[in-house]
Amino acid sequence: MEHTVVSASKFNAWFGDNHVVKDVSIGIEKNQVIAVMGPSGCGKTTFLRCINRMHELIPGATAKGSLKLYDDEVYNMNPIYVRYKIGMVFQRPNPFPNLSIYDNVVAGYKLNGLKMAKADLDNIVEKSLTSAALWKEVKDSLHKKGTFLSGGQQQRLCIARAIAMEPEVILFDEPTSALDPISTSSVEQLFHELKENYTLIIVTHNMQQAARVSDKTAFFYLGELVEFDNTKQMFTAPSDIRTQNYITGRFS
Amino acid sequence: MKWETIFRRLLIFMGVVLVLIVVGILITLIKESIPSVKSSGFGFLWSKVWDPVQNIYGAYPFLIGTLLTSFIALLLSIPFSYAVSIYLGEYNPKGWLSNLLKNSIELIAAVPSIIYGFWGLFVLVPIIRQIETKIGVAPYGIGVLTASLVLAVMIIPYAASLGITLIRMVPSALKEGAYALGATRFEVIRSVVMPYTRTGLFAGVLLSLGRALGETMAVTMLIGNTPTLAHNFKDLIFGPSNTMASVIANEFTEADHEQYLSALVELGLVLFFVTVIINLIGKRIITRFTNN
Repeated sequence: MEHTVVSASKFNAWFGDNHVVKDVSIGIEKNQVIAVMGPSGCGKTTFLRCINRMHELIPGATAKGSLKLYDDEVYNMNPIYVRYKIGMVFQRPNPFPNLSIYDNVVAGYKLNGLKMAKADLDNIVEKSLTSAALWKEVKDSLHKKGTFLSGGQQQRLCIARAIAMEPEVILFDEPTSALDPISTSSVEQLFHELKENYTLIIVTHNMQQAARVSDKTAFFYLGELVEFDNTKQMFTAPSDIRTQNYITGRFS
Repeated sequence: MKWETIFRRLLIFMGVVLVLIVVGILITLIKESIPSVKSSGFGFLWSKVWDPVQNIYGAYPFLIGTLLTSFIALLLSIPFSYAVSIYLGEYNPKGWLSNLLKNSIELIAAVPSIIYGFWGLFVLVPIIRQIETKIGVAPYGIGVLTASLVLAVMIIPYAASLGITLIRMVPSALKEGAYALGATRFEVIRSVVMPYTRTGLFAGVLLSLGRALGETMAVTMLIGNTPTLAHNFKDLIFGPSNTMASVIANEFTEADHEQYLSALVELGLVLFFVTVIINLIGKRIITRFTNN
């Protein structure tokens, strides 16, 4: 039985007076890949950052409305706990430059001062790196600095770092926009494998990417969620004229 | 000649003059200290007796006095400069409170050092004297600790203003990466901001140290000016002492023969080298840090 992991209803977000997310209602089901697309400034990244409450870290940023993880209101939960449960991968790979590959993977545990047995940590590192399709490439250099890796490897390291916390949902904010085509395809490949265990929400500028990787696509325009449907449906027969204009390249 | 050429040459000339002045100072210091170097040799640095009447010159007590006051001042100032750097760099970078704090710190650097000397004499000395009576050491009031306390206040801006800039330079991508893993603000500062800025903050401390080593007026007014080195720890901290800079300031007018004068200049030369080296190391770390 499928059930909803993340749901929003009449959700709004602002930067100061600037209303960037308007009355968004959406239900995201478990073990699916959701692509969120739309032109620059349409509020898609802001909406993504509201889901794990990263939005509020920016001074002047506010949000209102209902946003739930399963049955719990995200905005009533402790933000620290929200971020354990909802991982995030950023636009540019951002491994911690002072930490080794190993320590980067378990950074979530180390940052929070959780004491764990070495064997458990070893286990988490191997499992997470394997899930991120990076284990074979780095298993002999686990104690080298993560910043020596290539851009694509660094991004997969950041994915491993998110997986290590065993979240319910992983948010991706344009995860391949800073990567070359080969690294991009390796990360996209990974999405198919990750959805076995996680729910993925991917903000992307790249329509082909949305079409390739996602089960469902959400189209944002001027802060509104215009359309949310199966990706195939959306790209072949969109129901809204704005979606159609966007995917046929009439505006970007 | 065209005006363009004249203007360009004028700029170069001005720049060269500055370099010549520094080199000139160094040459003067070396030339004037030759008589003292000849007669005292390397013993100048670790000989413990400074007796101008007998023509015996040992800088060791002043070397220790200088290092001691500077390091105590540094230890006292580091918590403040780090705290201010973190608060203004990370917690509260904008707004009226932030501006007020930042301006106050800049004002600390702008107050003439003789004012600090006065403040130390009128406010700190009586307080220190009471403390000394309570803990059972000779109640001089003036001495190493008093000088260090004032020095600590004076050097805070040097490390703090650099620290604020460096902490603001920490890429927000790294901080967000940590927040997204469920880190609290304190954990982000401890595990992301501090490791990233560690070397730069250390460079700021070095710049403060360079300032502390050379500070003359306030220290001269508060340190008690005795040429002998205390024998026990309590007197070393609470008792009067002397620094290289304050010896020069105090005794220059009394130096009535060549040997005496030359010994004072040699003190200046030592001070010059120590502060220049510390400043160079600090600057190098900062350039390396900002280039990365």
